[in-house]
Amino acid sequence: MLEIKDLHASVEGKGILRGINLEVKAGEVHAIMGPNGSGKSTLASVIAGKEEYEVEKGQILLNDEDIEELAAEERAHKGVFLSFQYPVEIPGVSVTNFIKTAINETRKSKGLDDMPAKDMLKMIREKAELLEIDRKFLSRSLNEGFSGGEKKRNEIFQMAMLEPKLAILDETDSGLDIDALRIVANGVNKLKSKDNAVIVITHYQRLLDHIVPDFVHVLYNGRIVKSGTKELAHELEEKGYDWIKEEVGA
Amino acid sequence: MELKDKLVSSFMAFEDTVDVDAPVHDVRNEAIKIFEDKGFPSKRDEAWKYTSLNSVLKHDYSVFPKQENAIEFSDIKKYFIHDIDSYKIIFIDGKYSSHLSQTTHDGIDVCLMSSALTKPKYQLIIENYFNKVASKDGISSLNTAFSKEGAYIHIPKNKLVAKPIQIIHFSTGNESALLLQPRNLIVVDENSHVQIIERHQSLTENPVLTNSVTEIFAAKRAIVDYYKIQNDKESASLIDSTSVNQKRESHVSMHTFTFGGKLTRNNLNFYQNGERMDSTLNGVTIIGNKQHVDHNTLVHHIEPNCESHQDYKGIFADNATGVFNGKVLVNKEAQKTNAFQSNNNILLSDKASINSKPQLEIFADDVKCSHGCTIGQLDESAMFYMRSRGIPEKEAKALLMFAFSNNVLDSVKIPEIKQRITKIIANKLGVNIGFDL
Repeated sequence: MLEIKDLHASVEGKGILRGINLEVKAGEVHAIMGPNGSGKSTLASVIAGKEEYEVEKGQILLNDEDIEELAAEERAHKGVFLSFQYPVEIPGVSVTNFIKTAINETRKSKGLDDMPAKDMLKMIREKAELLEIDRKFLSRSLNEGFSGGEKKRNEIFQMAMLEPKLAILDETDSGLDIDALRIVANGVNKLKSKDNAVIVITHYQRLLDHIVPDFVHVLYNGRIVKSGTKELAHELEEKGYDWIKEEVGA
Repeated sequence: MELKDKLVSSFMAFEDTVDVDAPVHDVRNEAIKIFEDKGFPSKRDEAWKYTSLNSVLKHDYSVFPKQENAIEFSDIKKYFIHDIDSYKIIFIDGKYSSHLSQTTHDGIDVCLMSSALTKPKYQLIIENYFNKVASKDGISSLNTAFSKEGAYIHIPKNKLVAKPIQIIHFSTGNESALLLQPRNLIVVDENSHVQIIERHQSLTENPVLTNSVTEIFAAKRAIVDYYKIQNDKESASLIDSTSVNQKRESHVSMHTFTFGGKLTRNNLNFYQNGERMDSTLNGVTIIGNKQHVDHNTLVHHIEPNCESHQDYKGIFADNATGVFNGKVLVNKEAQKTNAFQSNNNILLSDKASINSKPQLEIFADDVKCSHGCTIGQLDESAMFYMRSRGIPEKEAKALLMFAFSNNVLDSVKIPEIKQRITKIIANKLGVNIGFDL
């Protein structure tokens, strides 16, 4: 599904990723953990195609195709989805109209006609139910005045609508109370299949109790310094990151 | 010959074509003297500091088009809001087209200024209202001096006019350069309601300069909703001076949508003569290339307990330039005034610019007045957010621009106008997306 080889990336001349290697296969869930400033969000943005980040070296392969030259929307059309750590408020555009536009533009890129309004409505209703989203919420301006939990639920709602191949959840757990966390995790789990893959970026092991990873990676100083299974997440929760820093430093 | 001299010397010839015994004869004579004295505005005038007419005034305009020109409805249908039943007052090169119009005298007068200025039955209205609220500056006085044709609308009291009225001025381009000076008078009596749509449309690439003056009188409890659709060719320029005199408890809203034209100047003056009324001045401007749009507004709060709301949005691409000059004047007596003004702008290129200048002159001490002005770029993080969901750059930009102007679009009360404006914006932005915000 996703193969990252020796990826180096910088923003405004400052190197942030310094040689990332990562392979994610279809059907897998990978967790990326690490202290603040280690490059987790940068990695997510680089995969999604944020233009401010310069890839200096290395490759990002999606199903064996190098996507580095592709624009963010082209990557989305190929099935990459990024759930934002801080979803952007867009006053004046309703949740429904936004998702409709996103879906129909994605269909257009594949030479398909717009999704019939009836099917769209049905799908919206189903997915909203899955994430326990109130109807009224859908006619509100995108993310405007949403609580932290509402924003994250809305991200996963969009993920459910777009049915991506590769979903990257960037600190989706931050700002969620326990109920919202359960709803969001439940939504992600229902969307998981043997044909798609999920990368969960998080500080805390809490979310990983609900979305159980196959692999856990620790990102530090722009490199993956340790990989393991879900037990590694527990160890990090218990001992913090200092021992990793020491290990790397040593 | 300079355009000013040409116009002054044409005035005598013009006088031969109109009835010199008509009551407006003296008004015209007075006006040409003012124009002779003041001439066209220049950048030395504070109110025209950022708008130069030089490039517009250099053409050798025909002042009186020689021939009658006809156009077929099918060729111009697209300029009408044609999916609604409406009254229509249509002009071609300044001359009334009975063929394309649909006027009425059934309970209300929706007809021609030329009749109103000459026929005795309109004399009282003309004496009471003509040139009573229009500005006395040089450019409006020029229009007054040559005022002959335009729309005349009189709604007597207690009438709810069910159909909107469309006023459209076409120019055919059969003259190499044409100066048009339409003059509209709209008198809405007590407790009546009318909706009006106004448009100026050139049909060729020949230069056209329209110097339009509109006077609107809204009596007690009258409601007037007025929409100006300015989407002309980039060879056409428009100076639109509209003055509104409102009486107590009236509601007047003016929407100005500006997408086209080479140079567009809107002088919009509201005078609130009474208590408990409100005035709404909304605008959306989206221009590019070397287009220039200047909105110059005045709201004069004269008496207590009134409101005014101004909301102007501007999006400027390429080398486009914009001006917003909004003045709110609150008299000492006008206590409890609520006056709000906001002007938000997006610059899409380094070469585009906007001069935004709010002016608040408040002499009362118990008022709520606010103004806000922003100038920014399209939000990059919002762009990435949308693109990461599969919405391509151009469409994402368009969606953001629609969202930016959405609250003004939302205040349009006629759905067909909102749809039309949405379509014009989508065309302007080169997108075809079916979102209805």
